Amino acid sequence: MSQHSRDLSRRRLLLGGAALGAGTFLTACTSNEAQPTQAQTKDVAAGGNAAPGEKVVIGFSAPAADHGWIAAITNNAKAQAATYTDVEFKSVEAGADAAAQRAALSTLIAQKPQVIVLLPHDGKELNAFGLEAMAAGIPVVNLDRAFPDARAYRTQIKGDNYGMGVAAAAYIIAQMKARGVSSPVIGEIPGIDSLELTQERSKGFADTLNAAGFKVQRRVPAEFTADTGQRAASQLLQALPKLDALWNHDDDQGIGVLAAANQAGRKEFIMVGGAGSKKAMGDIQTDNTPLKATVTYSPSMASSAISLARLIGQNKGMADLVELQVPKELVLASETITKENASKYLKFGF
Amino acid sequence: MTISDGTGTAAPGPPAQSPPVDRAGAAAAAPGGASSRRGWLGGDGGESAKRNLVLVAVLIALVAIGAITQAELYSDSTWVWNNFLSILQLASVIGVVTVGMTFVIIGGGIDLSVGAIVALAGVWATTVATQSYGAAGMIFTAIVVAVVVGLINGLLISYGRLVPFIATLAMLVAARGLAAQISNKQTQVSTNAVINDIASSKVLGIPLLVYILAAVVTAGWVLLNRTTFGRRTVAVGGNVEAARLAGINVKRHTVLLYALSGLCCGIAAIMLTSQGTSAQAAMANLYELDAIAAAIIGGTLLSGGRGTIVGSLLGVIIFATITNLFAINGLSTEAQNMVKGGIIIAAVLVQQFRFKAITRFLARNKLTRTT
Repeated sequence: MSQHSRDLSRRRLLLGGAALGAGTFLTACTSNEAQPTQAQTKDVAAGGNAAPGEKVVIGFSAPAADHGWIAAITNNAKAQAATYTDVEFKSVEAGADAAAQRAALSTLIAQKPQVIVLLPHDGKELNAFGLEAMAAGIPVVNLDRAFPDARAYRTQIKGDNYGMGVAAAAYIIAQMKARGVSSPVIGEIPGIDSLELTQERSKGFADTLNAAGFKVQRRVPAEFTADTGQRAASQLLQALPKLDALWNHDDDQGIGVLAAANQAGRKEFIMVGGAGSKKAMGDIQTDNTPLKATVTYSPSMASSAISLARLIGQNKGMADLVELQVPKELVLASETITKENASKYLKFGF
Repeated sequence: MTISDGTGTAAPGPPAQSPPVDRAGAAAAAPGGASSRRGWLGGDGGESAKRNLVLVAVLIALVAIGAITQAELYSDSTWVWNNFLSILQLASVIGVVTVGMTFVIIGGGIDLSVGAIVALAGVWATTVATQSYGAAGMIFTAIVVAVVVGLINGLLISYGRLVPFIATLAMLVAARGLAAQISNKQTQVSTNAVINDIASSKVLGIPLLVYILAAVVTAGWVLLNRTTFGRRTVAVGGNVEAARLAGINVKRHTVLLYALSGLCCGIAAIMLTSQGTSAQAAMANLYELDAIAAAIIGGTLLSGGRGTIVGSLLGVIIFATITNLFAINGLSTEAQNMVKGGIIIAAVLVQQFRFKAITRFLARNKLTRTT
């Protein structure tokens, strides 16, 4: 039906917006003092997005979790949806692979949700589904694993894998400089090495270290679980009789990494974690293990994704932004949790 | 003469007409069965001894490669000793699983569910409800759960007449599902100091996990080579029909084999939980493949009827040494997996050629006795 015309009207709106923007830009340039106009700012009081609006049915799908982070994604989405009286939440579990998730999603489409929030097994594998749903007039909010095709999603919200590496390296560089270690021995324990996200994390880490004249001495991948983390760490510690700093990409895996350090009687190094689990934050606060910091990759993005989906369904924008519509893409910042700020982040732990 | 076996239960075959049952079974399994007691470390005369010698040679070669590529590390004798212990620790959990797997394969079956059983037992032991019963409760729970799952495997295969591959494949899926359900998909952290200390404890400078591996291997060796149960396992795996005719209760024996595999998984689950101080549904991922690979490299015939515990142990240690070699040299996991795959293929190829060339070489150079 109106998909076509709606697209057109949106395009017209965009064009109009662009023209308006250009106009205000010009006037701003010509005037001496660049006063923000009414169109560019937003009255704080106007941001009443929490107030119940028209009812939105949100369909949700995430892979079957074998891992704390994915489990937290599903739980967060459910919990966030429950906080809204105007949201109906329909969840299908995606099973073990991309094919299973495609099948689950087709049953979801049959339930005619207004918006779909989706954490795909792999963005590339489910890109076609995104295109299909969008073509059927259902906006798709992609959670964390980007679709390569910009037409396959209305909005994308994801963590910053490269930024995690940057943040971890930055913390390590600062600590090494503070301790006066000029050529530190640095180790890295990534998760599943074949994943793009792992490669991005490692690249951010290596790039930042290289810029400071440091490098990664040994890199032994694990598989995001505590037992594989233990195995990888015990071998890495064996290869490096002296270690100054270690970045472990994932906090669940980190339980095993810390166990391996304990079993080997090694605590001469500082360790940085990844993702931000409750356990890791607790360890950082207690401060009796090598774990001194963790860089966030918070599953709270699932809660945010539900909020965005609701706004999209209600045709509203984000209250603090000037734009009338929800932006196309949001990338969370990777924050560094240390002993000093751990209490603030504890509520985001999973 | 009556049939008496180590398990204390009478076989159903009429005792009156029985020839020496186990001898007959073993003979049906392998032509060299009559002389099974003579071979060192193995049950089939000189054959497995030679095979094991080759594995030891491979192991020495791997260590030599390590010493050459990391000469600096190897110049420190303390490091060399620690590295040796680290390899044994790396081998300990999968080694225990492999002992059970070796029995199952020798007995003509396969157990694809071992990794899932380890995960289920570990998760069961570490859920908060169980943890509140303390270390003894956790160990007991892990072992009971694992043995029960093994028994179910065995019953499905024996009495349900399911192919072992299918039954244990189904169990692989189901047990991991149950583990995910119980753990609520979260990593279950063990707060029990006794359990957590198992992996970090040392006795006389040697890690406790290595003693556990040694105990399980020794028990497995004795069970396979010195008891009726062991000879029956070889007989059942070698020729089911002959074993049945010889009066062995094949069905019950099969159930016991899978229960034994489950028992090993239960022990491994506690070891692994202690190592990682936690358990989760995805732990012990692909252990079934590692255990099968180690057993095959150790000379266990995948079709059953032949295999040794020492060979399997050597297989596990070879894999652990490769992992260690790659880690100390900072090489990638992909390359490591390719090497492991190559070694499995080489081992099976060598098996097919029945070690003829190597045997001849060894005999010519008087490195071993000839049969």
